[in-house]
This record gives sequence, structure tokens and C-alpha cells, in this order.
Amino acid sequence: MTTHYLVLSALLFAIGGVGVLVRRNAIVVFMCVELMLNACNLAFVTFARQNGNLDGQLIAFFVMIVAAAEVVIGLAIIVTIFRTRRSASVDDASLLKY
Amino acid sequence: MGESITFWVLAIVSVIAALGLVFSRRAVYSALMLGVVMLSLAVLYAVQDAPFLAAVQIIVYTGAVMMLFLFVLMLVGVDSSDSLVETIRGQRFWAIVGGVGFAVLLGLGIGNAVVGSPKGLAAATQAGNVPSLAQLIFTRHVFAFEVTSALLITAALGAMVLAHRERTEAKPTQKDLSRQRFVTFGRTGKNPAPLPGPGTYARHNAIDMPALLPDGSVSPLSVNRYIARYEESQGILSPEVAQVLEQEEAALRANGHSTPTVAEEARDGGPDTEPMDEDGVVAVPVVRPRGESVRESLSEEDGK
Amino acid sequence: MEPAEIIQHSGGAIGAAWLMIALPLVGAAVLLLGGRRTDKFGHLLGVLMAVASFVVAALSFAQLLGFAPGERRRGIELYDFIPGLAKVGLLVDPLSISFCLLITFVGSLIHIYSIGYMAHDPNRRRFFAYLNLFVAAMLLLVLADNYVALFVGWEGVGLASYLLIGFWQHKPSAATAAKKAFIVNRVGDFGLLIGIFTIFATFHTLAFNDVLANASKASSGTLTAIGLLLLVGACGKSAQLPLQSWLLDAMEGPTPVSALIHAATMVTAGVYLIVRSGPIFQGAETAQLVVTIVGVATLLAGAIIGTAKDDIKKALAGSTMSQIGYMVLAAGIGPAGYAFAIAHLITHGFFKADMFLGAGSVMHAMNDEVDMRKYGALRKVMPLTFVTFLIGYLAIIGFPLLSGYFTKDGIIETAMEHNAVLGWLAVLGAGITGFYMSRLVFMTFFGTKRWEPTAHPHESPAVMTWPLIILSVGAIGLGAFLVLGNRFMTFLSPAVGAPEEMPSFHPFSLTGLVTLALVAVGAAFAWVKYGRAEVPAVAPRGSFLTAFARRDLYGDALNEALFMRPGQWLTRLAVFFDNRGVDGLVNGLAAGIGGTSGRLRRVQTGFVRSYALSIFLGAAILAGAWLVVGNL
Repeated sequence: MTTHYLVLSALLFAIGGVGVLVRRNAIVVFMCVELMLNACNLAFVTFARQNGNLDGQLIAFFVMIVAAAEVVIGLAIIVTIFRTRRSASVDDASLLKY
Repeated sequence: MGESITFWVLAIVSVIAALGLVFSRRAVYSALMLGVVMLSLAVLYAVQDAPFLAAVQIIVYTGAVMMLFLFVLMLVGVDSSDSLVETIRGQRFWAIVGGVGFAVLLGLGIGNAVVGSPKGLAAATQAGNVPSLAQLIFTRHVFAFEVTSALLITAALGAMVLAHRERTEAKPTQKDLSRQRFVTFGRTGKNPAPLPGPGTYARHNAIDMPALLPDGSVSPLSVNRYIARYEESQGILSPEVAQVLEQEEAALRANGHSTPTVAEEARDGGPDTEPMDEDGVVAVPVVRPRGESVRESLSEEDGK
Repeated sequence: MEPAEIIQHSGGAIGAAWLMIALPLVGAAVLLLGGRRTDKFGHLLGVLMAVASFVVAALSFAQLLGFAPGERRRGIELYDFIPGLAKVGLLVDPLSISFCLLITFVGSLIHIYSIGYMAHDPNRRRFFAYLNLFVAAMLLLVLADNYVALFVGWEGVGLASYLLIGFWQHKPSAATAAKKAFIVNRVGDFGLLIGIFTIFATFHTLAFNDVLANASKASSGTLTAIGLLLLVGACGKSAQLPLQSWLLDAMEGPTPVSALIHAATMVTAGVYLIVRSGPIFQGAETAQLVVTIVGVATLLAGAIIGTAKDDIKKALAGSTMSQIGYMVLAAGIGPAGYAFAIAHLITHGFFKADMFLGAGSVMHAMNDEVDMRKYGALRKVMPLTFVTFLIGYLAIIGFPLLSGYFTKDGIIETAMEHNAVLGWLAVLGAGITGFYMSRLVFMTFFGTKRWEPTAHPHESPAVMTWPLIILSVGAIGLGAFLVLGNRFMTFLSPAVGAPEEMPSFHPFSLTGLVTLALVAVGAAFAWVKYGRAEVPAVAPRGSFLTAFARRDLYGDALNEALFMRPGQWLTRLAVFFDNRGVDGLVNGLAAGIGGTSGRLRRVQTGFVRSYALSIFLGAAILAGAWLVVGNL
């Protein structure tokens, strides 16, 4: 049964990854990143159950904390960029190039 | 059996929601789809003997993080929608190749990582899920836990610093503003006083009622252009207001654009008047989706 | 008879022999460092220092005569120059004191003469400083008791000659001539330096005393190598073939410089080196043979060049080459020739200085004109110059009883005994000498006036004529004094050894008579061609032989074709290789990297999603790799 969870986790992770790559709205990209993190969490929880060990859940817990911090900072950055460039497209912020 | 049903239902829901997250044009829909995925996952956590995480998932993610996302979305432009035209050559193709390949490889990889039936957490959580986790957090992982608190504080500070807008000049005081108004009056003859509210001396205290001067005539200052246009198109414009508008147009024709029009004056803090077009000519109000006119520049339209 | 042992000495004039070097050196230092402040008395200080140096030399000579002949080699230790390698000391022996006397005496006279000659030159002080430096370097060269100190003096002479030849450096020809002299001398110096290295490698010491005493213990091959290398050095300094080319151009310097270089100092250094290193050459017959061949070849070449030159100084320069050739020939013969070589060197120093200064006096009178075709009939205008020059002329062609007669005849006789071919060639050279020196005298002092309209010849001032008179006295009597009764050979023998059997002077030997006859024929031919007949104002084209002699026997052309052109090609090749090969490689590499990175940087699109894509694909590949490896 746990295998199904893991495959679901991989599927969600891949979908999140594709989302990061194809979307241009920075906020949506960010949501996709969150999706990937959640997929990871699912894998952790599943492994915790599989191995009869709470460490997996613990790590998932820490991942949530880090994700919360990350969201705060990430969104602040997006707001700052938006304020100066009036755009939330990740493609617009492409000055650092050849 | 019960778990299987739950899993399959939630798996299908979450995958569809995830795909919706990726492929919906509107950012708000994406956010809602993400919420669906998170809630599904919370249930799956609960099913897999992780009630604490399920609660945290709902509180932190679906509650706090999603709120934050929506908040920023509203700030940035909730009605913006993504153009589906890909500008980077090959990006979409390779992204999908990578995504499919990754999903297959990862599925094969970690799908095969599991050997045997799950041990279950009954042994590890004899004291209950939350106390057992708490014991781990406050004993073995107490240092990491403390560090996360530092991380959160740092993140809060960082967000404040990033979102803080520096004021580069002193805030104009009441006195400054008042002086500025009279300087403008001296230069252009613009009315420095507040505009009369609609309905002064009027028979009705409504916004579509122009203010009346003490002699009973209509005060041009108080005519709401939008409403006037609307009434004109509907053929219910009152004759007094129509007369005022005609006089104004005549004056406009005679003087060109130099005299300040009611419209311009109305723009500067007039009572409940919508902004007018630049040239001051009273124009038929354009009907747009609410917020679009202001948010236009905030949208994600390419080519900005 | 072997050379005597060197006895360490202190006290007296010999103990103060270092003053001989120090005095002119101090003079040079004061004049050069003092700058314009010393302009007023600079020439007087220079003369004073030269004369003082001569006084020290004369006193040392007197003290040396006080010792028994076997004790006349006195060594003076000064200090450790290079510890364990070279102790600097002076060696005062009959050979070096002869040189010292010649250098300081003739040098002093040239100094005095220069007061008049350079009276109108704004840089007279600098000129005297260089003259003093020259004398000091030359004295160090002859007084040194080891090869290192000798080399220091040797290089000092080279430097001073460079400075003096290029004294009028505003003339491009003078600057070029100075550089040429310096560079050609460097070639010789290089040979000498390698020779000195070889000496050190062989004998592990550089002191004359140790080297020369042990010379016979070394193999003849080594000695031949050393001898030939020293000969290269001597050729450079003494303008012997094939390093003769600088001497004729060196005439660009002021005339007193020419006199100093040709008579008293520089060119005699080579002869000194060969004579001083006698034991080395005596152990290497091949080297000796080469020395004599070089001597004879130069003797003839110089004489032939002298016949064709219209420039009075260049004609004299050719004669110097020729006379030094005689000395080198004698020096190559061995102990039998040493005394004659040095005696001829001394008498030549007198009569050649006499003639050079005489020529300078003529030039001084003729507005610095050097073309003899524009002279003529000067004997009446400049009687003193004429008489002194005539004495020098008679001395050099070997007119009986004058200096050259004794010393040159001695060389020819010795050469005849040593090798008949060399002897007859030397006789032939004497005949040619008779011709070209007569030509010079007839063109200058006899015949008709061919002066430039602006020339107003006059006798030179006393400060210039007195040195001429003194030198001509030496030119008359010195030869007889030195040669008759083998006086000089006896005096010199403690220093350089002497043949078993002292030669006796036969006034009417066959060789002497033939020589005289040939000289007379040459002089008569010159009289017919240049004395009696009208000398054309413009040189006739002449035969190819004349052209050959005028072009210095194509010495410069040969140098140019053999060394200069290939050198230039080599340089161009190196430049080409550097530009195309080395730079091409380096620049090509840089351009390649630059071009590649110019294309590669296009990868940096600035789009975050592109970067994210590459990360994602990389992660996928890693996952695949992990899967493959994990399932192996």
C-alpha cells in the first residue's frame, strides 16, 4: 500500500516541477514549489509508517517550518520586485545575463 | 479497505488539482487548487498515522501559507491571468519531457525502495502520536527545533525589511497641502475649497441630484459626469443639468482647453467622482471589469 | 735564459707604484664629478696628474735599476680582490716599467699638446678627464700582476677609447666609429675572457707568477687553446687581422686621441699581452705560428691600406696597423723577438706620436682639413712641424741610424732567422712602408699649394710644437740607445727571458741592405708619382688594387656580409617567429578561448526558468543514473 503513496508523491513532485518550469507568474511558480515540498512531505510520512519510526514525521514537521519561513521571504521578495518593476513575471527579471 | 478507498479518491483528486494548479490561467484558481491538494494531503497524513502533521498541515499550510499567497495575489493583481504563449524556445517541451521522465524514474526508484509490508507506527507511538513526537522534538532534536525558531524570527525580520518602503522626503503636512492648494488657485484659478456635496439645497439627498446654489440654479461643480452621461443615454437627464453641460461645452469651444473644467476639478478630491479621461472632455464611461482599469499595469501581460 | 723570480717588495717609489694608476684616476674622477666648476683648470689638472704619474714611473725605474738584474721583478700586494681567486697586486718589472715610462711620458706630452689643440673646444675639461682615465686604465693593464686586474684595465681602455673616439658625438660618423670600436673590441675581449677562464680551469690561479711558472706543466693542446684565445683578445685590442676594422674609423676622434691610441696605449696592449704570456706561447708552437702569421698579414694589409688613403690620419692609421703587425710578428717568434718587439713598440710610440701630433698640427693649421690632396708645400709655412714630422718619417721607414732603423731591422733579422718566408714578407712590408710614408710626406709638405681658398696655414703654438720636438728627439736616438749592445734585451731578460745567444747588430747584413734598397725604391717611386708630378685634386679612379686598398681590403664589406647581414636575417627571423609563432600561439589560444566563451555565454539567458530546467533535467538524469547503478 505504501508504494502507492510513494508513487503519488513522485507524481505530485513531477507535476510541481513542470509547473515551476512552464509558469511565468512568480506567485504561481512559488505555489508549484510548495506543491513539490508537500509531495516530499508525503513521502516522508509514508516512510515513517513503512519503517515504524517517527523520524520521517519529524522531518516533515521541520520541512513545514522551513516552508513557512521560505514563503514569507519569497513573497516579500516578489512584492519588492513587483513594486519596482510593476510585474510579477519571472522572465522580466532577466538582467543578469550575457 | 477503507484506506484504499480514501487513498484512491484523494489521489485522483490531488493529482487533478495539481494539474489544475499548473494549467489554470488565473493565479487565484491555482491558489485554490493548491488548497485542494494540501487538504487532500492532510487527510492522507491522517490516514497514515500522522494526525499531528495533518493538523499542522491544515493550520499552517491551508491556513497561514495559503492566506499569505492569496493576500499577495490580491496585492499584486488578483484578476491577472497568464498568457499561455511560451516565449523561451523549447522550454515547454523539455519541461514536459523532464517532468514525465522524472515522474517515471522517481516512481520506479522509490516505488521499488519499499520492501515488505509497512511496520506501522503502533510501537513507536505507544504514548500517542503527539506526545511521542513532542518527546523527539524536545529531546533528540531540540537543537534543530531551537534553530528553526531563529530561522522563523529571521524570516519575519527579513520580510519586514524587504517589504518596507523607504520614504525619501518628509511627509507633507496639512499646512503644506493647504499652501499648495492656494498656490495652484493663484496660478490657475482652480477652486481651493472642497467641492459641494451632491444634494445641497436639493430636493433629494442623492448622489445623482446636483447641488443647488442659493439662487436655485444648478452648481456645475457638483454634477457627477458619469451619472450625467448615464442619465443622458437613458434619456432621464434633468433639464437643469443638461443646461449646465451645454453651457460648459460652449465655454470649452470658445476657450479651447485652457479653462479648468468641472471635470478636472472634480478629479481632485471631488465628492465621489470617478476619474475622467485625460482631455477633460466628458466621455461616455467605459464599462470594464472592476479593478482592471487600475490594475492594468499590475497584470502579467507580456510585453510590459 | 729563464725569467727571474718575483720578489715581494714594499717601500720606495716602487712601493708607491699604485700612485701611477691612482693619480690619473683621481684626476679623471675630479674632472668628471666636478663638472663645469673645474672647467677653468681642468686641462692643467689633467696634465699635472699625467706628469705626476710619469714622475712616479721614473722614480720607480730609477729604484729598479738599483737592484741586481736578477732581482728586478718586484711584486706589490695591494688587497684581496676576489678572495681565493685574485689577489690584486702590481708587478713592477723591466717589461711593465718600460710600458709605464712610455705611457706616462708620451701620454704627458700628448696631454700638453692637447692644451693647445683643444683650446677652442667647449668640452676640453671632459676631454682631459677621458685622457686621464685612458692613461690610468692602460697603466692598470700593464702593472697588474694577474689576469683579472689586467682584464679590468683592458676593459677600462676599451671604455676610455669608446668615450674618446666618440668625443665629438654630435657627428654621427664619430658616434658610429666609437660604437664600432667598442663592439669589435668586445669580440676580442670575449676571446680574452674565455682564455682567462681556461687559464683558471687549467692552473687554478690567475696570478702571472704562478701561471707562467707552471706553464710548461700543462699539455700543449691546452696551451695552444689558451694562446689562440689570448691572441683573439690581442687582435681586438691591437687591431690585428681579422679584428682590424675599428682602427681606421677610430680616426674620427680628436687627433691627440689618435696619437694616444696608436702610439702610447691601446694598440700596444695586445703586444704586451702576448709578451707577458710568453711562457704560454712558448709551449704552443701552433699558437706561435698563428701569431706570426697574423702579424705578417696585418703588417702587409696595413701597409697596403696606407698606400691608398688620401686622409692623412687614415694613412697614418694604416701605418700603425702595419707597425703593430711587426711587433706581433716579433712577439710571436719568442724570447729572441720580445726585446725587439718592445723596443720597436717604444720607438714607434715616439715617432708615431710625433707624426700624429704633427698631422694634428697640420690639420690645426688647415681648418681641420684631412685630405692630403688639399695640402702641399707646407714645409715653408710650418717649418717646425715639417722638421719634426720629417724625423718621424725617416725613423719609421728605417733611415739609417734613426730609431726605426735599429728596431725594425732587428725584427726583420730575427724573423729571417726564424722563418725565411716571414722574413722576406717583412722586408716587402718595409719597402711598402717606404712608399706610402714618402707619399704622405710629399703630398703634405712638398709639391704645389692645393689649399682651399679659406685656408691660412700657420705654425702651431709652442705648447703644441714643444712636444713634437721632444718626441722627435726620441725618434732620432732612442733606437740606437736601446738596440746597440743589446742594452734593452739585457734589461728586459729578467722579465721575459732571453735567447741563449744574444744577437749582434750587423750594420751591413744582406737583409739590412736589401731592406734599405727596397725602402729607397719605394721612396723614389713615391717621389716620381707624388713629389715631382702634380697631385690631382680629385683622387683618380685607379686600378682595382687601389680600390681594394681604399676600401680597407674589403674588411668592412666582409664583416658586413659575414656577420651583419646574417645577423639581421637572424633577428628578422626571430622577430617573425616571435610575432607569428609565439605570439600566434598565445594570441590564438586567447582568441580561441575568447571566441568559445563568447558563444558559450549565450547560454546565460538570464531566464530563471532556463536555469531551473537545466537543474531539473540534471536531477532527472541523476535519478536515472541512481536507478541504473542501484539495479546493477
